[in-house]
Amino acid sequence: MFEPKILGIFCNWCSYTGADLAGTARIKYAPNVRIVRVMCSGRVDNNFVLKAFQEGADGVLVAGCHPGDCHYIEGNYKTMGRVPILKEMLKQFGIEPERFRLEWISASEGDRVAEVINSMTEQVRKLGPLNWKSTTDTKDFSHVR
Amino acid sequence: MSDKKLKLGLYWGASCGGCDISTLEIAENILKVIEVADIVLWPCVVDFKYEDVKNYPDGYMDVCLWNGGIRNSETKEIAELIRKKSKVLVAYGACSSFGGIPALANLYTKESIFERAYKTTESTDNPQGILPQTSVKMPEGELHIPEFYGSVYRLNDVVDVDYFMPGCPPTAKQTWSVIQAIVAGKLPPKGSVVGVGDKTVCDECPFEKKTEGVRIERFKRPHLDRPDLTPKPELKNKPQCLLEQGFVCVGSATRSGCEAQCLKANMPCRGCYGPAKDVEDQGSKAAAAIGSLIDTQGNEKRGEEIAAQIVDPVGTFYRFGVSNSLLRRAKI
Repeated sequence: MFEPKILGIFCNWCSYTGADLAGTARIKYAPNVRIVRVMCSGRVDNNFVLKAFQEGADGVLVAGCHPGDCHYIEGNYKTMGRVPILKEMLKQFGIEPERFRLEWISASEGDRVAEVINSMTEQVRKLGPLNWKSTTDTKDFSHVR
Repeated sequence: MSDKKLKLGLYWGASCGGCDISTLEIAENILKVIEVADIVLWPCVVDFKYEDVKNYPDGYMDVCLWNGGIRNSETKEIAELIRKKSKVLVAYGACSSFGGIPALANLYTKESIFERAYKTTESTDNPQGILPQTSVKMPEGELHIPEFYGSVYRLNDVVDVDYFMPGCPPTAKQTWSVIQAIVAGKLPPKGSVVGVGDKTVCDECPFEKKTEGVRIERFKRPHLDRPDLTPKPELKNKPQCLLEQGFVCVGSATRSGCEAQCLKANMPCRGCYGPAKDVEDQGSKAAAAIGSLIDTQGNEKRGEEIAAQIVDPVGTFYRFGVSNSLLRRAKI
């Protein structure tokens, strides 16, 4: 069975703490998401997502505090503005929108971490590998330096 | 380069020809160029054949300014030939540096481009649906035409490039300053971007931004909405930043050097000078900066609705740089 590689970018104050809670509560969930901690979902530059896909991720999951709960007042509002543009750009580049997800997960929602990761893993599994480098290779790429 | 004249070449790849014309914008200075340099290749202006170039000794041209991207096997072959015949090869203009406007075709496949260009355009008359082939057998023998590649590439994807000079086209002032630097032999280290500034277009922009609390509630379009051009006392007597007014302007992610020509004509920047210094992916940076300004008010749906007003985000944020982006083309 295809095991997707998913990059998770979680905010320090809510979602990452939520993932910690899932761990201490020993909730079982799919091992497919590799989580990177950032201080705020507002720190997630579009580049992080594009680079992840370019370097072989099959999906990217960004998680931050619920609207209104941001540790930095409105860091996640910026994420909220950026994500729809990024999603549209991904679509134009031929990347299925289901491969990229933005979720709000609070520090107390350990069960939701498991739920989101499980459903995202299944969703990406269904889509199959993205394999960016080889799917974009055209035969003339071979003589490109 | 003291006693003998400089050997200068100009060549075009997949481009519109505007770069060639723009080099003439240096006006009477072209006469000064002729005084110090022999033009040994310039198909737009002087009649040279490929054979002439093939017969030059290697490294014969001191400098060749190459505009245009790599679209087919012909442009690639000539790029390799010219690389061999030039001491210094400059990627001149946005197309050779980043793919330029032709690289927007990287969002499509070769097949769909052929389908549109040779079958479905309104002016096409091709009842048999004939598509170009790389070789055709004729009674007189076999004919070959170049192979159309699946993607548009930058010049440095196929050959080693010494300098990059962005712009669509590079401004006359920058062209002249680079030519002067070439003539004086005062070129920066290999791989440098020349004829540009170190900051962003905002640094040269005639508009002024507020510093706090600006959010975009609606995106405007230059052909439908009029910008507010009244100078504001609180903004150093300049009109307010076009982006803050809601016009999509990618100047904040674009390298300076053009003297904000478009903005001086009240048009938002479209990004032809390429990524700002140390920026890897211009379009993603511009989209992130502009997305952050959306007035979501903590409501996802509202954010989506405002963001949806940006028509064709890739074409807007990567207008000159799909070949130079992280993803480089759409998935096939």
